Amino acid sequence: MTETDKLPSGRDRIESLEMRGITKRFPGVLASDHVNFDVKSGEVHALLGENGAGKSTLMKILYGLYHPDEGEILINGKPVRISSPNDSINLGIGMIHQHFMLVQTMTVAENVALGLPSSRGLLTDLDRVSKRIIELANLYGLKIDPSAYIWQLSVGQQQRVEIIKALYRGAALLILDEPTAVLTPQEVDELFVIMNQMVKDGHGLVFISHKLHEVVEISHRVSVLRDGRMIGTRLTSDTTKQDLANWMVGREVGFTPDRGQVECGGPRLQLKDVACGSDRGTPGLRGINIDVCSGEILGIAGVSGNGQRELAETITGLRKTTGGHVILEGNDITGFDPSDITDRMLSYIPEERMRDGMIKDFTVAENMILREHEKMPYSRYGFLNLREISRHADELIKKFHVKTPSRETHAKNLSGGNIQKIVLAREIFRTPRVIIAAQPTRGLDIGATEYVREQLLEQRKQGVAIMLISEDLDEILALSDRIAVIYEGQVMDIVPRAEATPAKLGLLMAGVHPEETKQTSEVF
Amino acid sequence: MISDLFTVTVLVGILASGIRLSTPYLYAAIGEAFGQKSGVLNLGVEGQMLLGAFAAFYVALTTGSLWLGLLTAMIVGALMGLAMAYVTVNLHAEQGISGIGFYLFGLGMSDLLFQKLMGTVETVKGFPEIYIPGLSDIPGIGKIFFSQNILVYGAYLLVPIAWFVLNKTTLGLKIRSVGENPDAADSLGVSVSRIRYFTIILGGTLSGIAGASLSIALLNVFQQNMTSGLGFIAVALVYFGGWRPIGILGGALLFSFINSLQLWMQVLSIPIPSDIAVMMPYVVTILVLVATVSKVRAPSALSKPFERGD
Ligand SMILES: Nc1ncnc2c1ncn2[C@@H]1O[C@H](COP(=O)(O)OP(=O)(O)OP(=O)(O)O)[C@@H](O)[C@H]1O
Ligand SMILES: [Mg+2]
Repeated sequence: MTETDKLPSGRDRIESLEMRGITKRFPGVLASDHVNFDVKSGEVHALLGENGAGKSTLMKILYGLYHPDEGEILINGKPVRISSPNDSINLGIGMIHQHFMLVQTMTVAENVALGLPSSRGLLTDLDRVSKRIIELANLYGLKIDPSAYIWQLSVGQQQRVEIIKALYRGAALLILDEPTAVLTPQEVDELFVIMNQMVKDGHGLVFISHKLHEVVEISHRVSVLRDGRMIGTRLTSDTTKQDLANWMVGREVGFTPDRGQVECGGPRLQLKDVACGSDRGTPGLRGINIDVCSGEILGIAGVSGNGQRELAETITGLRKTTGGHVILEGNDITGFDPSDITDRMLSYIPEERMRDGMIKDFTVAENMILREHEKMPYSRYGFLNLREISRHADELIKKFHVKTPSRETHAKNLSGGNIQKIVLAREIFRTPRVIIAAQPTRGLDIGATEYVREQLLEQRKQGVAIMLISEDLDEILALSDRIAVIYEGQVMDIVPRAEATPAKLGLLMAGVHPEETKQTSEVF
Repeated sequence: MISDLFTVTVLVGILASGIRLSTPYLYAAIGEAFGQKSGVLNLGVEGQMLLGAFAAFYVALTTGSLWLGLLTAMIVGALMGLAMAYVTVNLHAEQGISGIGFYLFGLGMSDLLFQKLMGTVETVKGFPEIYIPGLSDIPGIGKIFFSQNILVYGAYLLVPIAWFVLNKTTLGLKIRSVGENPDAADSLGVSVSRIRYFTIILGGTLSGIAGASLSIALLNVFQQNMTSGLGFIAVALVYFGGWRPIGILGGALLFSFINSLQLWMQVLSIPIPSDIAVMMPYVVTILVLVATVSKVRAPSALSKPFERGD
C-alpha cells in the first residue's frame, strides 16, 4: 500500500464496501429484502426511504448490531464477518445513530472514552481524552465542553458529541443515520464542512436524511429503499429534489402546505415575565412575554439551547418558574401540576419524544392513551377498557399511517419516524385547546411531514392556539402567523409572517437587536 | 441505669462494637452496589451470605484454617453469583424474583448442610484482633479503630477501593455505562453481558466474605438463618447510600452504631423492652432514610434485562 491509501488517522482506507443480498426479518416485518448496497472511499452515498423503509435496519446490520438472515458483506472485495459492534469498529466502521447512544449521567469525555483502551492501562485517562476532544473539535469547528454532562446539553450539542465519538475512533467508513434531523441549518452547514473534509481525506460516508435538499447538496450517489426493497441507485447529479421525492414515495408530493386565512381570536396562552433556571444553574428564561391567540400558530425560532426546552417545560408544568405567570385561557396556571395542565387540554409534543413523550417498553396502543388513560372511555372506575383502547389505537394507526406490525408491538421496535408519529397522533387527536409542538416533524419522511403540517393547520382552523418551537426556519416560515425569536432566554422580537425573511430571523437568532437588524436590512 | 451509658468505657465499647458490626453490611452492600451500578438488582445477597457463612465455618472447623474457610466462602459466593448471572443475563429472568429464589436456595441449603454435616451448634476461634503497635495504644481511638480483626480492616479498605474502581478506572466507566444505558455501551463494543457477569460474581464473592465475617470473625458460630435479614438490610443500604461507597459506609455505620447501642443497653439492663430495643436500628434507619431522601437517582437500567433488538 502506498502512503496515499492511508487516512489522516493512519488507518487504511476502505476502498469499497459492499452489502450483498441482505435479508432481515423481524416478527411481522420483512425489514430488508435481498438488498444490495455499496459505498466507496471518497464518496457520500445517501440512503433515502420513507419511515419504516428499512434504512436503519440495513445500517445496523453493517454496524454489527443486527445479524442478517441472509447475505454477505465485503470489504475491498473480501468477505468479512461482522457479528458485533466490536468487529465493525475494528474494521474501521463507525456509526452515528438515529437515537443518541449517550449515557446521560456521564460527561462528554467519559462518553467518548467508553470502550476505548486507556493510555494509562486500567486507569481512565479522561484528561488526555478531553485534550484530544478539544483538538478534534477545533479541527472541525465543533464547539464542545468535554467536562459537561450529557443531560445538560441541548439535542444539537448531544449530536456533536456523537460526531466527536466517531471522529475520535478514526472510522474509515462512517454511517450517519439522520444526523441532521436534530441540527439547526447552521449546524448542518458545519456538519457538511466536516463531511466534505472527511470525503476529501478518503473516508466513505453513508448519509441518511429525509431532507432532500441536503441529499442533493452533499451526496454523490443516492439509493432509495421502499418497504425493505432496494428500488435503485443513481448519481445525485442526474436527479432533482422533485424526482427523488416522487421516486421515494411513489407518487407526486407537494412541498408547501396551503396555510389559508384564519381569524385570530383572543389570547389562549399568555406568558408574563416568565423566568426559570436551566439545568446548568444559569437562567434559562429571563422574562418572557408572549401571547398565543386562538387560531394562531406562533413560531418560536432560535438556535438550539437558547431556552426552547425551558420554555416548553415551564408552560407544561415540568419545570418550576422563578418568576412571572403562565396564563391558560384566563386562568393562572403557574406552578400547577403537569397533569392539571394536561387536563385543561394543553397538548405537548416534546422535542425528545423517545425520552419525554413515550414509554419504549409499552405497546403502541398503550402509548396512545398515556395522557388520557384515566379518563372515559379508556377507563372506568380504574379499570382499563381494552376494547376502546384497541379501537382508538387502530384508528390513530390508520389516520397517521403508523407503520407497525400491530397495535400490540412494543414502541421501541418501531422505526424512528413511526415512534414520532405515535406521540403526534396522541397529542393532536385529543382535541386540545393549546398545542406546544417542539420540532414536530423532526425525523418524519416527506409524506408524514406533509401530513403533520396539514394537521397543525387544521387544528389552527379549529381555533387551537399553537406554539411551534422549531430550529427549522423553513418549517417556521411555512406554518407560523407570527414568529418570536428567542435568544439567551429572552424574546428578541416578534415578527409577523409577512415581514419575516430568513436573513432577518437569522440576525435576530444570532442576538442582533431589532433596531440593528432594521439598519442592516436597509444596507442590503 | 441510663447514666451507666455515659461512661468512657461504655462509649468506647459501643463505638468499637459498632465498627465491628458494620463489617458484614459493608462487604455485602458494596458487592450489591457493583451489581446495581451495572443494572442488576440482586436480592439473593442473604442467601449468598448464609451459604458463605456456613462454608467458612465448616471448613475452618474441619481443617482448622480460617483462611481456607474464608476462601471457600468466597468461592461459594462466586458460584452463587455465577448462577445468578446466568439466570438474569442469559435467560433474561426477572431479577427481583430470581434473587428471592437464590435467597431461598441459600437459606435451605445452608440449613440442610448444617443438619447433615454438623447437627449441633459448635464454635470456632475466629480471626483474632490485630494489635498495631503505637496506634492500638492510643486511648479510646486505639480500642475503637485499631484493635479489630483482619476482616474489619478489609471492609474499611474496600470502601475507598470500590470508589476508586467505580470512578477512576476504565472498568468502572464500563460498569456505570452498562447500568445507565446498555444500548450505548453495546454500540461502543462494550460487552454488557461480560460486565454484568463480572459485577454479579464480584457481588457474590463479597457476600460470601460478608457471611464468613459473621461465622468466623464476629460471632464465631454457625446457626440456622444466622444472618436474619442482614443481607436485605445490605440491599437497602445501597439505596440509602445513593449508590456511592461513601454513602454506604455512612449507612452501615449509622445502622450498626444504633445496633451496638441497643445491645449495650441490654447488657447494662437499662429497662426498655427488648423487642423495642431490637427494633431501634430499623426504625432509625427508616426515619433517616425518609428524612434524607437521596437526590441521587438509581441507575437508569437497574433491573432491566438487556437484549439487543436482534
Ligand atoms: N428491533 C426490532 N424489532 C422488531 N421490528 C423492528 C426492529 N427494528 C426495526 N423493526 C421494523 O423494521 C422496519 C424497518 O425499520 P427501520 O428502523 O429500519 O426503518 P427506517 O427506514 O430507519 O425508518 P425511519 O425513517 O422512521 O427511521 C420497521 O417496520 C420496524 O418496525
Ligand atoms: Mg431509521
